[in-house]
Amino acid sequence: MLKSLCQKMFGRSLWVYHANSGGCNGCDIEVLNVLTPYYDVERFGIKLVGSPRHADVMLCQGPAMRATAKALRRAYEAMPAPKLVFAIGSCACGGGIWFDSYSVIGPVEKIVPVNFYIPGCPPRPEAIIYGVAVAVGLVDKKTAPVHFKQLEMPIPRYHRADLRGSGELVVYEKAEKV
Amino acid sequence: MSALSKLKEAVLCLRAGRVTLPYPAAARPVPEKFRGRPIFDAAKCIGCAGCANNCPSREILVVDLCQEIRILQYLGRRCTYCGRCADVCPEKAVTMSHEFETATNSIGDIGQRLELFMSTCQRCGRCFKEPSPMEQLKLKGYRFDDVQNERWILRSQAYLTSETAVDDIKIELD
Repeated sequence: MLKSLCQKMFGRSLWVYHANSGGCNGCDIEVLNVLTPYYDVERFGIKLVGSPRHADVMLCQGPAMRATAKALRRAYEAMPAPKLVFAIGSCACGGGIWFDSYSVIGPVEKIVPVNFYIPGCPPRPEAIIYGVAVAVGLVDKKTAPVHFKQLEMPIPRYHRADLRGSGELVVYEKAEKV
Repeated sequence: MSALSKLKEAVLCLRAGRVTLPYPAAARPVPEKFRGRPIFDAAKCIGCAGCANNCPSREILVVDLCQEIRILQYLGRRCTYCGRCADVCPEKAVTMSHEFETATNSIGDIGQRLELFMSTCQRCGRCFKEPSPMEQLKLKGYRFDDVQNERWILRSQAYLTSETAVDDIKIELD
C-alpha cells in the first residue's frame, strides 16, 4: 500500500540531470529557461539535480565527442536503475551540423541508449516541455513519418501512335490533357 | 531588520504578479518569423535536388531509382531549421512551418520521403543532358545517396567502385 501510494505521489516527479557533452550552450540556455518562473516545470515535479546519482532523467545536449564520450557513459552508468535519457537538440539527436568533424563521434545514442528525442536547434522551451509531457504521458506525440508516392505521371507521355499528321502540322492527340 | 526586509521582499514578489505561462494547457503563438519543421510539398516539387545540395547538415538524400523515379528523403535528425532548402527551392515546395512540437520516442518519425516521377525528354528519353564527370563532382543532377545506411555520398569513384547504381547512365572514364 505504501509502495502504491509512493508511486502515485512520486511517479511523475522527475529529477533531471543536465549533461552537456560538447554542445554550443544554446540548448543549455533553453533547458535553464524551462526551469525559470516563465516555464515553471517544477509544477510538474521536475527538478534539476547536480549529480547523476540523484537523477531519474539525463538531458543530453551536444553530440558525443571523442573527449567526452567516456564521461557521458560513466554519468549514464551512475544513474539509478529506472532511467530515461532525453536527447535535446539536433546535435544530440543526429550529430549536429558538424557531424563529420574529426572530434565528433555522432549522436549521443552511439554512447548511451536514448529514449526521447527533442529536435531543434535549439528547441524552444515549449518543445522541451512538450517532450517531457510526451514522456510522462500527458500528451500524445504529434509527429509521424511522411511517405509520399506519385502513382501516375503528372504529364502524359509521348507515344508515336498518338501523332496525327494534318497537312504540314503534326498534332499530338493527348496534348490537350496536359 | 531582517523581518522588515523579508516583508519588503514579499511585497515585491506580490507586485510582480504571476508570470508563469500556462504552456501545455494553452500554447503561446510562435513569433512570425519562427522556422519550425520544413514541410516538403510533393505536388510542387520538381526534384531538382537543390535542397539536397544546399543542406548544410546533409540531411536531404536524393536517389535515382531509375531514369524516371527519384526519391527525395528528408531525415531531419540533425536538421538545424536554417531554412536554406526553403530559400533555394525554385518552386516554393519547401515551407518552414511553425511546428515545433516534434518530440518523439523514435527518431524516424521526423523523416519525410517523396517518390517523384521525373519526366524525361520526349526525344531521347533522358531527363536532361548527361553530365560530364567533372560536372558530376559539382553534384548537380544525378545523385546516388545511400538511403539504407542514411548517408550522403559524394559522386566519386571512391565510393562507386565497379557497379553502377543505374544501368542506363554508365559513364565511361578514361
